Amino acid sequence: MANESVATNVYVPYLEQKGFMSWLVTTDHKRIGIMYLISISLFFLIAGIIALLMRFELMTPMADFVSPHTYNVLFTLHGSLMVFFFIVPGLAASFGNFLIPLMIGAPDVAFPKLNLGSYYIYIAGTIIVLYALLQPADTGWTFYTPYSATTDTDVVMITFGVFVLGFSSILTGMNFIVTIHKMRAPGMTWHRLPLFIWASYATAVLQLLATPVVGITLLLLIAERSLGVGFFDPAKGGDPVLFQNFFWFYSHPAVYIMIIPAMGVISEIIPVFARKPIFGYKAIAYSSLGIAFISFLVWAHHMFTSGISEVAATIFSFLTFLVAIPTAIKVFNWLATLYKGSIELHSAMLYALGFVFLFTIGGLTGVFLGALAADIHLHDTYFVVAHMHYVMIGGTVMGFFGALHFWYPKWFGKMFNESVAKLSWFLVFVGFNITFFPQFFLGIQGMPRRYATYPEEFQSLMALSTYGSWILGLGVLIMTVNLIKGLFSDEKAPQNPYGSLSLEWQVPSPPPTLNFDKIPEVTDWTYGYGKKKEVDA
Amino acid sequence: MEEANMEHDAHHDLHMTPEEEYSSSKLGMWLFLGTEIMLFGGLFAAYAIFRAKYPELFLESHQELNREMGAVNTGILIFSSLTMAIGVTAIQRGKQMLAGIMILVTIICGLGFGVVKYFEYGSKFSHHIYPDTNIFFSLYFMMTGLHMLHVFVGLIVLGVIMVMTFQKKFDEKYSTPVEMGGLYWHLVDLVWIYLFPLLYLVG
Repeated sequence: MANESVATNVYVPYLEQKGFMSWLVTTDHKRIGIMYLISISLFFLIAGIIALLMRFELMTPMADFVSPHTYNVLFTLHGSLMVFFFIVPGLAASFGNFLIPLMIGAPDVAFPKLNLGSYYIYIAGTIIVLYALLQPADTGWTFYTPYSATTDTDVVMITFGVFVLGFSSILTGMNFIVTIHKMRAPGMTWHRLPLFIWASYATAVLQLLATPVVGITLLLLIAERSLGVGFFDPAKGGDPVLFQNFFWFYSHPAVYIMIIPAMGVISEIIPVFARKPIFGYKAIAYSSLGIAFISFLVWAHHMFTSGISEVAATIFSFLTFLVAIPTAIKVFNWLATLYKGSIELHSAMLYALGFVFLFTIGGLTGVFLGALAADIHLHDTYFVVAHMHYVMIGGTVMGFFGALHFWYPKWFGKMFNESVAKLSWFLVFVGFNITFFPQFFLGIQGMPRRYATYPEEFQSLMALSTYGSWILGLGVLIMTVNLIKGLFSDEKAPQNPYGSLSLEWQVPSPPPTLNFDKIPEVTDWTYGYGKKKEVDA
Repeated sequence: MEEANMEHDAHHDLHMTPEEEYSSSKLGMWLFLGTEIMLFGGLFAAYAIFRAKYPELFLESHQELNREMGAVNTGILIFSSLTMAIGVTAIQRGKQMLAGIMILVTIICGLGFGVVKYFEYGSKFSHHIYPDTNIFFSLYFMMTGLHMLHVFVGLIVLGVIMVMTFQKKFDEKYSTPVEMGGLYWHLVDLVWIYLFPLLYLVG
């Protein structure tokens, strides 16, 4: 293994080089991963604060804290920032960058310079969107026509920013696919790859195939507003539903761009803390690709009430149910891995278990929404809001937090306070459920989403949801402080605190600049817990 | 994208042989071309939908387009793909001078394509035909405009590659950027091969 030769080589951790310039021009995938991590975390916190403001407005039935227009701007910002700046680049760009080369036994990604270029494109996109905030759009993150083509807020700037971000996403995806194909260490066969790598691969395929379509869609929307073309304008013979078709052809697969990397994270955390080989390795690996494939065939389930034909709606409803199969395969395999395991409730494991629990609720309520008849009633209500947040927060964000706590020692070579981490997990988990579970009931009772005001009978559930958001906010705050404080602690992280068998734990923490002194020879898969000799912690 | 193919710096050499770099770049380029297909795919889908919806409008409007100019441009682009292919083959055999000249000819063809397009657009504008005239011309300007943008990007890329070829940066052992530039140029050509009949010929 790589660590045997440490003694003969000088160990230079990748964080050793100091100075601003060393970061600006770095082509080290680990440093680029950190830059993504900081950027997306910032956007997560900003968009989270906006969400707290929205929930505060919704305490009372009247629009007494902000005006309805400001509320529209707030939910547009919350949605756009969360989706395009946090959750889509999210785990794939930050942890993907950090982990893919380490996990497959490579010194870096296939195109390190391009990797840095992708990051700068991401930054360029953010600058454009920040500029667009001078006259913020009020269309919601979906930019639906005809409203987005006619509102006098600045839709062009924010969509152009998102268009630019798309390039970053595409180039990152391309880089990862080539890396996984071409740079695996000797002996790292496809069926020995860690499941996070399979998940990253499926995500990258989605990024490559779906992102260009939203690119052209946003380009057409910009042309609609600036050149007066009429693809989406009924007055000019266009069709607003075409925009929805285009938009969801990307944005439904994008939902899986958001969730699949988190599923990969869970597949890494659970076997380590259950001390058991992952159950159903191939099933989990191929179900990632299965989800990616099916995700391209279900987009019109967002449009059951948009006037598409009944035949189309029925077919899309059926296809939507198919997604439940590969997702359930993953959940059952995780549960089977836990069964009779020797479970250690580390904070990362708590987040992983939280993921399984909450994502199951999110996934099952998705089946309600995929059912044609139920969706007619539930469409555009708080039921959708609750479902979506159970998948996005209960799923992706739980996976993100889990990943943060799991790989933190490896990234930074430091430890955080585990008790505080458990406390913040508890607050996040409880706060999240108090915030979003009542919204299922609100939705069933017919409360539509995206309104600053509502009938008085909804106030008790609405207020409960707001109280929950404060607990959730507090949990995230404590977690953030705990993780930042850990960076300045004196406690050095050991090389392999959890006794993991995966390659990234076989190098010092933090990893050396070129990852491995000698490219490792891989002789087995990474999940042989409890069966063969385990490496020393 | 193209910088990916010019990766040849010190950091890179640490972990990739020229053969590995060649096969990585080639895979990366093909993936990128796939995304280009999806990008234009959106427009082709819009074309199919609106063509089915308004056949008469498409019939009338397409007669306004100048078939001769379109045909000339098609010829120019096909010829430029030939010269590009010769250039790639030449550099693979170490003939740097021939390769450079062939890339130069390709660039001249691309510029010629742009000049013809300039006159075409000009005559449309002088007849008061703009992107907002009707759905057909919206499609015409968006599709050919996006294609033109790709031609410009291609010209810049090929320009850089040509200079590097004349500087003898490439030979039979290392010609990855030339080949990647060629792949990209063939895609630009291929898109036009579809645009020309769909917009100019089919009534």
